[in-house]
Amino acid sequence: MVEITEGCALAGLPPMVRLVVQGRVAALDAAAASLGLEAPPPMLRVASGIGGSALRLGPFELLILPTWEARAGLDAALAPVPHSLVEVSDRNVGFLLEGARAADILAGLCPLDFALSSFPVGMVTRTLLDKADAMVWRTDAHSFHVEVWRSFGPYVEAQLREVAKGISFSLLTV
Amino acid sequence: MLLIDCPYCGPRAEIEFAYGGEAHIARPAADVSEAEWSAFLYLRDNTKGVLAERWRHSHGCGRFFNALRDTRTDQFHAFYEIGMPRPDVRDAV
Repeated sequence: MVEITEGCALAGLPPMVRLVVQGRVAALDAAAASLGLEAPPPMLRVASGIGGSALRLGPFELLILPTWEARAGLDAALAPVPHSLVEVSDRNVGFLLEGARAADILAGLCPLDFALSSFPVGMVTRTLLDKADAMVWRTDAHSFHVEVWRSFGPYVEAQLREVAKGISFSLLTV
Repeated sequence: MLLIDCPYCGPRAEIEFAYGGEAHIARPAADVSEAEWSAFLYLRDNTKGVLAERWRHSHGCGRFFNALRDTRTDQFHAFYEIGMPRPDVRDAV
C-alpha cells in the first residue's frame, strides 16, 4: 500500500483468476450454484460464496473470481447449458484504493455518484475512469477494487495519483 | 451532456454510450430487389421530432437498447429494451 494522499492508499492487487461467463438465465444460475450461491446477484451487485465472488456486470454476463478449488467445478457445472466461459485473468490488472478519500479520488475521474447511498458496498459496475474502460467494485465503505485492462494500468494509476496530488494540494491550502 | 437511462444500469453520462442510429428497421428477406435492399441499408427518415433510436451502453453493461428522443430538443421520452414495441409518446415539444 502506498499512501497517495492523506487518507487514501493505492495498491496493485496480486494476480488472480478471472472468468467471464456469458449466457442466459440457466447459465448464470449454474455458474452461481457452482460457487455455492443460491442465485446470481442482481444487476450491478456482487455475491460471494465459498467458491468465490460473482460480479454481475451485465444482464447476461458475470465476472467470476473463483477460488482455486472452484475453478475446475465451474466447467463441469456449465457443461450442460449453452454458455460462453472465457478466462481473462491476464487481461486485467486490479488496484485496491482504500481510505476516507477513495471515493473523492474516483469522483475526480468519473461522473458516477460515489456517495455511499447511491453506490453502496457490494455494488460493481463498468464505467470510464478518465478515458479508460474500468470496473469499479465497492468492497467496503472506504475501499474500492478497481480493474482495468492491462495496457491501461499505468495510465489509470497515473491518473489516480494525479487526482490524489490535487487533493493533497487543496488540503494544504485550507 | 445527455443523461441516458440504460434499462439495465440506470442513468449514466452520455460518454459511456455509443449511438446506434434509427431503431425498428427490420432486415428484409434475402430475395428482395436491389432497390429495396439499398433502401434498407441507406434510407432513413431523418425525423424532426420524436425519433426511436438505438444506443449501446458500450462502457457499461454492453447491451443495446432503444430510446425515444426528440431531435429538436434532445429530450428523452422513453428507454426500452430491444424487441419491445415502440412506446406511445405524443409528438410534442
